Amino acid sequence: MAALELEGLARYYGEREALSGVSLSLAAGQTLVVFGPNGAGKTTLLRVLATLLRPHAGSVRVLDASLPRDAWAVRGRIGLLGHEPLLYRELTARENLRFHARLHGVGDERVRELLEALAMSARASEPLRTLSRGMVQRVAVARAVLHEPELLLLDEPHANLDPAAVELVAPLIGAGTDPTRPRTRVIISHDPSRGLAEADLVLGLRAGRAALLRAADEVASDEIAELYT
Amino acid sequence: MSGVHAPGRPSLTAPPARTVRLWPTVGALLRKELLVELRTLESVPGMSLFAVTTFVVFHFALNRSSVEGDLAAGILWVTLLFAAILGVNRLFVADADQGGFDAFLLAPVERSAMFVAKALTLLAFLVVLELVAVPAFALLLLGAPLGRALPGLLATLALGDLGIAVIGTLVAAMAVQTRARDLFGPLLALPLFVPIVIGGARALSPLLVQAHAGGPAIRWLLTLGLYDLVFGLIAYALFDFLLED
Repeated sequence: MAALELEGLARYYGEREALSGVSLSLAAGQTLVVFGPNGAGKTTLLRVLATLLRPHAGSVRVLDASLPRDAWAVRGRIGLLGHEPLLYRELTARENLRFHARLHGVGDERVRELLEALAMSARASEPLRTLSRGMVQRVAVARAVLHEPELLLLDEPHANLDPAAVELVAPLIGAGTDPTRPRTRVIISHDPSRGLAEADLVLGLRAGRAALLRAADEVASDEIAELYT
Repeated sequence: MSGVHAPGRPSLTAPPARTVRLWPTVGALLRKELLVELRTLESVPGMSLFAVTTFVVFHFALNRSSVEGDLAAGILWVTLLFAAILGVNRLFVADADQGGFDAFLLAPVERSAMFVAKALTLLAFLVVLELVAVPAFALLLLGAPLGRALPGLLATLALGDLGIAVIGTLVAAMAVQTRARDLFGPLLALPLFVPIVIGGARALSPLLVQAHAGGPAIRWLLTLGLYDLVFGLIAYALFDFLLED
């Protein structure tokens, strides 16, 4: 069963075409990795899939819900980790996560688990504005996976993370190991080797259009490098 | 998981199994709002200081020892209104700048929870403002004693505050999505606040005279109540659309 089905997706900002004619299908439990230079439409694609932006043309089905009409049906089933952490700077890590836990109907025990898993328990009572970018990114990862989403949308998830933190977040944003609860992922990456290692399907965007769409094992690193030239 | 109905993991084809009910969401949002204000002190101290400073300016500018009646009621309401605008302008700034809107939109919650929580937040800010501003007004400007007028004053302020909170929340949600939000907010809010000033001042005027003339003008209290109700319904109906793309 397809977790994502896009057919001729287009999205505009005023007159500017941010996405045009993007079509793909991704099975549940698979990982789509999106490559492309700045301004190629990667973040716009992620925000459309997250139901935060309306598609202006084409059809978009996410977790079997047609967007934007049935966006309500997938809210709470998507986890988004974008450029912005979506956290309040004046609240502590624990307060932020508890707040989001309540919005998703998740108990405090899950917050404690995640803070421990991300080695953030000792700094969990400090306002976010006093934490380093890497630590804020860890808390943002916790926020994105707090409600165990079926679809994870990750925009450069390793940004600002040191190698040890990359290891800490890996199990939380990984492909998932429970076959009864497949986790579908869309990852924006600029790192061909890491991206290809994670991907089942690769989408290369250039100026809002799909310049490359192929199974990951059929894609060579230099094809990705060409997207950036 | 209190406040969650039909718990359980949703299947790929099912609608969301978890939807957090209105009031637990309102509670979470309200708690967050108050925590942020307590940490930053960005709104209430500024609103209160503005009101007190304005009374000081009136005290010297009017060049008289005290005011009463229409003038007193007008000064009080206009000052409270401008002070409230400071709070209205800040109401959604943290959400817009720090991604709170997006996080909220991703959650399986009713959109109107944000409207209710923000209106209650603004209402709380106005109550604290008035705890500072009304005694300052009585001290600096008011000729008549406030004691016997207090029940009527509280009723008038409560109805006026409700209207300001409802309209202010609606306007702030619209303004925060524009580039000129600091300008757009007051420009849109002030005309909508005018009936509140008129109703509030007319209701309050008989209370603020030396020869205390009984209770507030009931007709104007009813007008205020009706205005609150109409705008409450309009805001509740429109708010969801303001959050969507």
